[in-house]
Amino acid sequence: MSTGDNYEAAASNSATDVARFDETSSGFVGKIHHALHVTPALVPLIVLLASIIVFGMLLGSKFFSPFALTLILQQVQIVGIVAAAQSLVILTAGIDLSVGAIAVISSVVMGQFTFRYGLPPGLAVACGLGFGTLIGTINGWLVAVMKLPPFIVTLGMWQVVLAANFLYSENETIRSQEIATQAPLLQILGTKFNVGGAIFTLGVIFLLVLVFLLAYVLKHTAWGRHVYAVGDDPDAAELSGVNVKGTIISVYALAGLICAFAGWALIGRIGSVSPTSGQLLNIESITAVVIGGISLFGGRGSILGTFFGALIVGVFTLGLRLAGADAQWTYLLIGLLIIAAVAVDQWIRKVAA
Amino acid sequence: MSSKTNTGTPLIDMRDICISFGGVHAVDHVSVDLYPGEVVGLLGHNGAGKSTLIKILSGAYKMDSGEIYVNGERADIRSPRDARRYNIETIYQTLALADNLDAASNLFLGRELTSPLGLVDDDAMESEARKIMARLNPNFQKFKDPVSALSGGQRQSVAIARAVYFNAQILIMDEPTAALGPHETQMVSELITQLKAEGIGIFLISHDIHDVMELCDRASVMKNGKLVGTVDVADVTDDDLLSMIILGKQPGKAA
Ligand SMILES: Nc1ncnc2c1ncn2[C@@H]1O[C@H](COP(=O)(O)OP(=O)(O)OP(=O)(O)O)[C@@H](O)[C@H]1O
Ligand SMILES: [Mg+2]
Repeated sequence: MSTGDNYEAAASNSATDVARFDETSSGFVGKIHHALHVTPALVPLIVLLASIIVFGMLLGSKFFSPFALTLILQQVQIVGIVAAAQSLVILTAGIDLSVGAIAVISSVVMGQFTFRYGLPPGLAVACGLGFGTLIGTINGWLVAVMKLPPFIVTLGMWQVVLAANFLYSENETIRSQEIATQAPLLQILGTKFNVGGAIFTLGVIFLLVLVFLLAYVLKHTAWGRHVYAVGDDPDAAELSGVNVKGTIISVYALAGLICAFAGWALIGRIGSVSPTSGQLLNIESITAVVIGGISLFGGRGSILGTFFGALIVGVFTLGLRLAGADAQWTYLLIGLLIIAAVAVDQWIRKVAA
Repeated sequence: MSSKTNTGTPLIDMRDICISFGGVHAVDHVSVDLYPGEVVGLLGHNGAGKSTLIKILSGAYKMDSGEIYVNGERADIRSPRDARRYNIETIYQTLALADNLDAASNLFLGRELTSPLGLVDDDAMESEARKIMARLNPNFQKFKDPVSALSGGQRQSVAIARAVYFNAQILIMDEPTAALGPHETQMVSELITQLKAEGIGIFLISHDIHDVMELCDRASVMKNGKLVGTVDVADVTDDDLLSMIILGKQPGKAA
């Protein structure tokens, strides 16, 4: 083909954008940038390790012990599970404000189906998990098929689900004692075991397994690749033959299911089934995702980063409390971390462009 | 208007296609066809409706009215996935690449190579990507980088590779060489000639009259959403095509 004789100005961009095939490395900054692109969990991991070291030096064995460090895991388990769900949604460039409400209503369904209707606890748990999945699926359908903005859909769903939760449960808490004697399965994720001073719960194990499973699936399945592609550029994904609607619906549905598991773990953690629990899960999960380096613009980040993000919050919370600082310091520092994380994300985007 | 060599069933027959966006008739009662081993150029000013027409064929847009026949049979193309089932592959003007994924992931996006367990086989995809890129752009090395880190020409090479890799029967190329350098552009020309010899039908959208004269058998010219006409390239001069594009009128029968 000849390259001259373009009679339309549009084609003249070939002059400015002519192919370059040299492999230039853009120095140190470029290398850092590349590393962040390939391993987005790197920054949160460094921040996590640094904060553990700093608090360890300040507080000594009070903080730097198997007991305290695994206590952090127990304290972040619910947020961690919910944040894993949130990560999936945010990777598609969405957001899910209903995660906390889904977790709570799922736990209420598990409790009430057992105690009000006398269902076997196993079946009641299955109903709770199914219910969470159903709400997630509705969110996904509204976003993917009705093309409503995720923020609005899930803002509405949050209110609907929370109100339904209070109406249905009649604001009634099912007491821990009752559950322990009649339906211990509901509390099973709270089961503790001791490994040389380190205390784990089944809920913590569930979180760890969930994080590694999701990380694996996102990286090594076609579905995972489609999640990233959809978040990156839904039009390009669609033209490439990705089932964009199906992918989005599956992501919200899976997020609903994971939140329902969080609801189950919540019963294990607090012992009772309480319709007023888990109120801060929305904000806390988004915080973990952002600190974990997942881009709110979608298509970039890793679930491992979110896990580190949740742990960072846990380390700050426990560390500052053990240091006797006012709890407001935690919020202040976490707030700064959020802003810093978004600034880093913008930097990655800019250099990439 | 069909060429003397074009007998039998066309690969693609788009009849009386219409689509409008708001009040704009982007494509207005246009009919084009394409035979095996034929390259049909689509020409026209910016905004003439070329991309919109081929996006209907590729499943990106749904036409308001009209009919599409593939190999003589009425085809129902509602999504890009449908088009692929008819062995229609497209190089979009916008390239349609997912910026954060690397070249191989983009090449196989939506039809990943997977192991029996359903896990994506990145090594196999990369080695296939290397093979196809060696044909198209031997200097291409950035297989591990997200495509956002590639130059315009490199990105275009990835988009071309994706369209030709899957043994298309019908290939749509919307300004495939706009960002390529002279050498790579030459390789794409050779590729077109080779695919044509294999019996593949190609719609080539280009602003370059020389390309069209050199590579195409027929040319369809559009203006303001309407088809000006379709001519055998052998029967017309550059100036005839230019005047069709600019004046929107078909030249006199003489050739
Ligand atoms: N998705 C859309 N929404 C609204 N209008 C559109 C859309 N796609 C195309 N159009 C309009 O349809 C008309 C034809 O556009 P099209 O992109 O098909 O032109 P083209 O011939 O490919 O031009 P170019 O040479 O610049 O690529 C233009 O007026 C454009 O503004
Ligand atoms: Mg166009």
